[in-house]
Amino acid sequence: MADCRETIRDLETFLDGELTPEMHEAISGHLGECLDCLGAVEFHHSLREVIREKCRNDEIPADFLARLESCLNEDFDGDGQIG
Amino acid sequence: MQYAPQLFSAALRLTRNRSDAEDLVQEALLRAYRGYGGFEEGTNLRAWLFRILTNTFINSYRAKQRRPQETEMADTDDLYLYRRVNTLDQAALSAEDTLFSVFTDDEVKLALEDLPETFRLPVLLADVEGFSYQEIADILEIPIGTVMSRLHRGRKRMQKALAEFAADRGLLVRDLPDTVPHVESTDG
Repeated sequence: MADCRETIRDLETFLDGELTPEMHEAISGHLGECLDCLGAVEFHHSLREVIREKCRNDEIPADFLARLESCLNEDFDGDGQIG
Repeated sequence: MQYAPQLFSAALRLTRNRSDAEDLVQEALLRAYRGYGGFEEGTNLRAWLFRILTNTFINSYRAKQRRPQETEMADTDDLYLYRRVNTLDQAALSAEDTLFSVFTDDEVKLALEDLPETFRLPVLLADVEGFSYQEIADILEIPIGTVMSRLHRGRKRMQKALAEFAADRGLLVRDLPDTVPHVESTDG
């Protein structure tokens, strides 16, 4: 099982889902027993969610979408017409 | 084109203004439609589109961008933001609710957009678009180890910037009290 130092060191890679299955398991095991590390992991997980949510919520302007459709001759928004 | 809204958001983070973002998406899609870079059936269409978008950005738009200084940041604690957010009164709020309410949309966008491009691209591709290390390595044509180190440094910088925004509004303290529960010093 991983200890606190290893868990904090590998926290990002753990959240990225990019650890080996063995290392992932070792950290999951530690998180089951250490509330301090669990708090840190949960915080960073939530932060990712917030960043993801807030950085991709821009609305694509309707006039731009119409311009794209004309330019590429495709009905992107499925309204039955180009532009 | 189901990916147009995602490409547009990403283009805004890269170019930092609407007019350039529109031009960037249009140019990238034109290249895609003309078969630029040869899409192979069965491979990841979204990753291919983002590769075209980032390549177009790097080749065409980078030159005119205001480039933040890429000074090396003093080594920050890996849990810099976490330790400071922990000083907030979080009673009855989940961590996610707290963070959603602490940081405005504009602050989070700005924290990402202000990263030097070297860090901004990997953080955008990983944390906003959810690409794997290997996909990011392929998109940016850099080794996986470089993806990991740039992500790590970029995320730390972004968290530092978020902490500054919150501190400016009096929500967080820049200097922590001496007694901080847990973290890093503990060896298991």
